[in-house]
Amino acid sequence: MTFRSFVVALAVTAGFAGAAQAQTKLTIGFSQIGSESGWRAAETKVGKIEAQKRGIDFRISDAQQKQENQIKAIRSFVAQGVDAIFVAPVVATGWDSVLKEAKEAKIPVVLLDRSIDTRDDSLYLTAVTSDTVHEGRVAGEWLLKQTGGTCNVVELQGTVGSSPAINRKKGFDEVVAKNPGLKIIRTQSGDFTRAKGKEVMESFIKAEGGGRNICAVYAHNDDMAIGAIQAVKEAGLKPGKDILVVSIDAVPDIFKAMADGEANATVELTPNMAGPAFDALMAYKKDGKVPPKWIQTESKLYLPDTAKAEYERRKDLY
Amino acid sequence: MPMPAGLTPSRSLPQIAALVVVLLANWMVFPDFFQVRLQDGRLFGSVIDVLNRGAPVALLALGMTLVIATRGVDLSVGAVMAIAGATAATLTASGHGLGVVVPAALGVGLVCGLWNGLLVAVLEIQPIVATLILMVAGRGIAQLITEGQIVTFVSPALAAIGSGSLLAVPMPVVICLGMLLLTALLVRGTALGLMIEATGLNRLASFYSGVDTRAVGILVYVWCGLCAAVAGLIVTADIRGADANNAGLWLELDAILAVVVGGTSLFGGRFSLVLSVVGALIIQAMNTGILLSGLKPEFNLIVKALVVLAVLLLQSPALGMPRLRLPVVRARRTRP
Repeated sequence: MTFRSFVVALAVTAGFAGAAQAQTKLTIGFSQIGSESGWRAAETKVGKIEAQKRGIDFRISDAQQKQENQIKAIRSFVAQGVDAIFVAPVVATGWDSVLKEAKEAKIPVVLLDRSIDTRDDSLYLTAVTSDTVHEGRVAGEWLLKQTGGTCNVVELQGTVGSSPAINRKKGFDEVVAKNPGLKIIRTQSGDFTRAKGKEVMESFIKAEGGGRNICAVYAHNDDMAIGAIQAVKEAGLKPGKDILVVSIDAVPDIFKAMADGEANATVELTPNMAGPAFDALMAYKKDGKVPPKWIQTESKLYLPDTAKAEYERRKDLY
Repeated sequence: MPMPAGLTPSRSLPQIAALVVVLLANWMVFPDFFQVRLQDGRLFGSVIDVLNRGAPVALLALGMTLVIATRGVDLSVGAVMAIAGATAATLTASGHGLGVVVPAALGVGLVCGLWNGLLVAVLEIQPIVATLILMVAGRGIAQLITEGQIVTFVSPALAAIGSGSLLAVPMPVVICLGMLLLTALLVRGTALGLMIEATGLNRLASFYSGVDTRAVGILVYVWCGLCAAVAGLIVTADIRGADANNAGLWLELDAILAVVVGGTSLFGGRFSLVLSVVGALIIQAMNTGILLSGLKPEFNLIVKALVVLAVLLLQSPALGMPRLRLPVVRARRTRP
């Protein structure tokens, strides 16, 4: 770059910056955990798209699963003087001191997708997360409606002790408790993976008279459901017909299975956490409207009728 | 030598007994356990599940047995599975046939094994540290290959490696038996097995006796990498997709456990391939039994730990076999 073009570039950038300043363009820093799963990558991508829609300067810092990187990122955002900071906290504790620094700099902090443990909840403006208990409930209610209330369910749990596994079980159990015809006859952990989901389902099928006693499988995530579908097929049964399949997450591959008639329903864990956060923040900046401490994202149920279109829409996000 | 060394009746009794006990326990919690029928030309039943699901760990245990017999250990086998699986799935998804995919996946396993072998046998880095490098980095490599996604593919030919069958026997079982025969032929059909045991017992003495301990060291890790790649291929073919985050996760520990349960000492020396496979089957029979029993998943690991403890106690020189108890008793008597 020659000196002259550098000066021109500088002037142009300054001009843009000035124009943006006039429209009070927001600058938001986002400390993302990393990109350990397809869902996480989708959350980042959707965040960028949503920011673009609103003309927000969205700066993303990848923490590679480390809290110390997130703390560094937050400090750097404070030093840059951004208008707000989004954090997807990798762990629940240890945020108080760095969030205090942000608070002293009068920069609002929004938590995305996960919450934190703190005694002082004035440290963050709001948290945008899904209600994982509700996700289980939505899955249970769909099954209740679909089967008319009589169904032997086998459950593929997530990793033992993980919070989505505990909550997705809890929500589903609430529906089961109210409906005596709905029974969980077998429940085991499939570790949220396809391979374990398949292995556990194989055993369930054998333990329940070759699958004849099973009316539906409820999986805590789509990947286990996809494994279970293969196990059902290899046992000579038709997934989606002989054994209903309902799961949670709404990743692209489950829509493929639904389009093929092998899965029946999925409850979405939306990757669009940033969208509602932007809206709450803009309202707060504009009119000083303080959002509630918890913004719950919608747990939307998807059925085979829209599967093809949803697959096309999602395949590039994940 | 007609029988693999080390497979004498008295030495293999604890493992065989443990396998029988676990199978009987499974039969008690689930009376149809031994029931087998044909489903789409493939054997179908819980006991077949044990063999089929046990195949990947049994394969890992084959390579691991040789490594452990040289007084080494390979922590990277789970990650190598993920790399081989990622390679196979990505190549298949981009339209390559089995003729390219299988050699590529196995080649990747060989390269990984060679890397470990060079670190341990040539650079003389401690095995646990040397293979830890690939254990950590390998999963990252697999994620790079799959770009963090679960790469799925539609290929009946590759899927058949995971869920096809030969004469009604599930393909993973066939492959595992083939590898067992091949490995046994390699180490027991030649003097290699003896050299491996000698290297494990006393590397320096073996070296001065003319054993090329360096070559032996490299070879066992290369073979271990190959076995891991085969296991990775099976797991990937089975779910018709490569899950770089989870494929083979923690399986290195199951493989080491299978070898130890099979009676091979972590201090190297005498080993038995067949008993390591039996060890893998004991572990899988437990897993399948727990799934069939309807126990809460919170108990899975506790039950597993208790059974493993029992098997190891059976092998304990101080407690287990009467033959082994005698010298201890005698030793006590000679004390003043």
